[in-house]
Amino acid sequence: MTIEAATKNEIVGRGNRDGAQLFRDWFAELGQTAEKGEQSAYVFVMGSMNEILKTFDLPVVFPEINSLQTAVRRVAGDFLSEAEDYGYSPDICGYVKADVSVQLRGGEHPMGRIPKPTIAVLTNACNTYVKWAEIWERMHGCPMFTLDVPGTREAGTQTWPGDQDFENDRRYVQKQTKELIALCEQVTGKKFDIDKFREILGHANSMSVGWKRVIEANKATPAPFNALTDGTIFLGVANGFRGTKEGADYFNDLVEEMEYKAANGIGALAEEIYRLVFIGVPCYPIFRRFNELFSEWGGSFINSTYLWFASGGSNLGFEYDLDKPLESFAEGTLISVRDAMDSMFHQSQMLVDMVDDYSVDGIVYHPIKSCRTVSTGLADSRSYFASKKDIPSLFVESDMMDSREISEAQMKNRIDAFFEGLASRKQQAAIAGKED
Amino acid sequence: MSVFNEWRGQPLEEIMYHCRELVEDTTFPTIKRWREQGGKVLGHFQVYFPEELAHAAGMMPVKMCGTMLEPNNADSHFGSYLCSIIKTSLEAALAGGIELDIFVSHPICDAARNLAAIFGRNFDYPCQILYLPQNPNSSDSVNWLADEYGRMRRLIEKVVGHEVTDTAIAASIEVFNENRSLMRELYDLKRETPWLVTADEAYVLVAIAGMIPREEHNELLAAVLPMLRDRETRQEDRIRVVFEGAFCEQPPLDLIRMLGRTCYVVDDDFLIGMRYILEDVPVTSNPLLSLSESYIERSSYSPVQHDNRKPKEEMLLQRIKKSRADAAIVAAAKMCEPGLEEQVAYIYMLDEENIPYFVSEFEENMSSFDQLELQIETFLENILFA
Repeated sequence: MTIEAATKNEIVGRGNRDGAQLFRDWFAELGQTAEKGEQSAYVFVMGSMNEILKTFDLPVVFPEINSLQTAVRRVAGDFLSEAEDYGYSPDICGYVKADVSVQLRGGEHPMGRIPKPTIAVLTNACNTYVKWAEIWERMHGCPMFTLDVPGTREAGTQTWPGDQDFENDRRYVQKQTKELIALCEQVTGKKFDIDKFREILGHANSMSVGWKRVIEANKATPAPFNALTDGTIFLGVANGFRGTKEGADYFNDLVEEMEYKAANGIGALAEEIYRLVFIGVPCYPIFRRFNELFSEWGGSFINSTYLWFASGGSNLGFEYDLDKPLESFAEGTLISVRDAMDSMFHQSQMLVDMVDDYSVDGIVYHPIKSCRTVSTGLADSRSYFASKKDIPSLFVESDMMDSREISEAQMKNRIDAFFEGLASRKQQAAIAGKED
Repeated sequence: MSVFNEWRGQPLEEIMYHCRELVEDTTFPTIKRWREQGGKVLGHFQVYFPEELAHAAGMMPVKMCGTMLEPNNADSHFGSYLCSIIKTSLEAALAGGIELDIFVSHPICDAARNLAAIFGRNFDYPCQILYLPQNPNSSDSVNWLADEYGRMRRLIEKVVGHEVTDTAIAASIEVFNENRSLMRELYDLKRETPWLVTADEAYVLVAIAGMIPREEHNELLAAVLPMLRDRETRQEDRIRVVFEGAFCEQPPLDLIRMLGRTCYVVDDDFLIGMRYILEDVPVTSNPLLSLSESYIERSSYSPVQHDNRKPKEEMLLQRIKKSRADAAIVAAAKMCEPGLEEQVAYIYMLDEENIPYFVSEFEENMSSFDQLELQIETFLENILFA
């Protein structure tokens, strides 16, 4: 084997391998925490506050990730039914219901045992977070802390440091951050260690910078990773290991892998024909198959709003100022979580801005029954985007958890028709090119 | 400017007729009349908005809480699996019935928090989110909300083209304090002597506040309340019921009328945002802070606000006890996620407290109630003859 081949073998695919291992390690640790009856914090992907919780050595549980795992492992149906028997409507978020079942089963989950929450920490980035945490509050009597992050009031009116409105919001977020720290001190019995916090912020900085570079690596043709499938693995690490050395190292390696692949023309797909952007939340009950419906036509997902909002806005690459850790943490939380919200409610302008950079051929909108936060505005957003850019799009509805809401045959028909349209468009462009 | 005069000089039954007609009129005549006289309009989506800010600027604050319109224009702007109110609220604006100068919504739920962005992509006027604290327990929430109200004041000033002074806001607070007081009287009447005011009458008397200037509404209530008290309706042997679940989307008036026929609805959360501040707002030299403090410290509850001091099931229990209700109707609008989630907590609490309850879903555009009426009558008879 040549040195080049050895390097390629070592680097290519490392992100997926290491990500899967980190995931197993994480769930093994959570299992041990549950067995020992030790403390844990329940958090969410959009503003996990991992930096603060890790300062108190609190293991973090992401119930959204636990729930999607039941769908990927094709056991979600049992979990959903159990919660519906308990009283929850078929018309509410499937993530919530799968988690209710996990709680009713004493933490039993296909990936191991999930500890009970000592504290629930959430932001307002999704309103269901609040209702969900209220369920734990009632079931377990744990305190819940909502860190209220004011978002963009109107498209294009975001404010920035120095602006009075921004400073008001920053003051509010910073005050709440201090209140969260006080609550953590009370719950854990530990004093807040500002130096440890600073070290954790440093790891989070490495990860954010890395995440931004990884996403940007997909400007290359062919795109080095699939935003839908590979991206979900990367997101898992970005959330579970935020603020840790393992997380920072992982993203340093991932940047190396993606930039290596980009430089060497190694794509996620052997033959990339169409470069697609995915808007929404993946179809986890048929996760692999859903992607195949696109990849079989040579369609590669090169970016997604999911990579933005489900990382809590880390895609911006915001770096905390370690000399002003608390002030900077409040500022970073405000800017990043706000961006996560923007990518759900105001993504049309973001798409307009990125399609040229990423050489996008088509947009796939995937609204889902379970998540109204992400899905409510997509039809309108699609119309707006169509009025600004001449890029074809597909609108296909299903769910992220509930296979009862998914018709694979119907989905395939629509996806096939979409690609036929894309093919015809490419042909016409080629003919027009020749004529010129 | 006066926009609703049909009721003046009329006997009570005629007044109630005109009020019902106005609430069900999907052409929004009072808003049109206001605009014809040169008035500007701020439309605000459910649940609560500090209407004093618009009022002080000379605008008419209009409650956007859905309509009976079919969402023929709005449907294509939304996906499936959504509540009706967000579609019909957009429909009211798209179809031209409600012409606005500002639209404001709040991140009350996952669907509604998209509304400002959707309106913004379809209309040229400002369409904004007003953030109301989701962490009212933070020691900074009152000050921060006052700042947020200040931001909203600046937006309103830009639209009306003149300053909105503290003095003007304080004067508006006084108008609204009178209104709050009259609404409390109405609800006291409903709670203590429910045979004097039916559920649908009380509902339309509150709903009209969202579609006419508040001074006019004060005049209306001040005239109607004594008439209601003077009614000679006799008390009947009916079950006293609390209706819970209408904090956002409203049940159709016919459904409320049906309830009024079958039981005494002694308290409810119909249009709770119009009655959200429970006491007078102090008139001070810092009116924004007064409004903010009243919202955080002296307000009602709903499934879309978490406050450690107000566990919802405990608040419902208080509502039931305070109104001496025999039972509860725990409803939710179809596809209303917070309402459906809260139902579960309510049901477990009611079971624990051994309070009879009836669980139901509704939609603002539903038109057939025969089966529901039969079910509710059976439920009430079971209590009556238990």
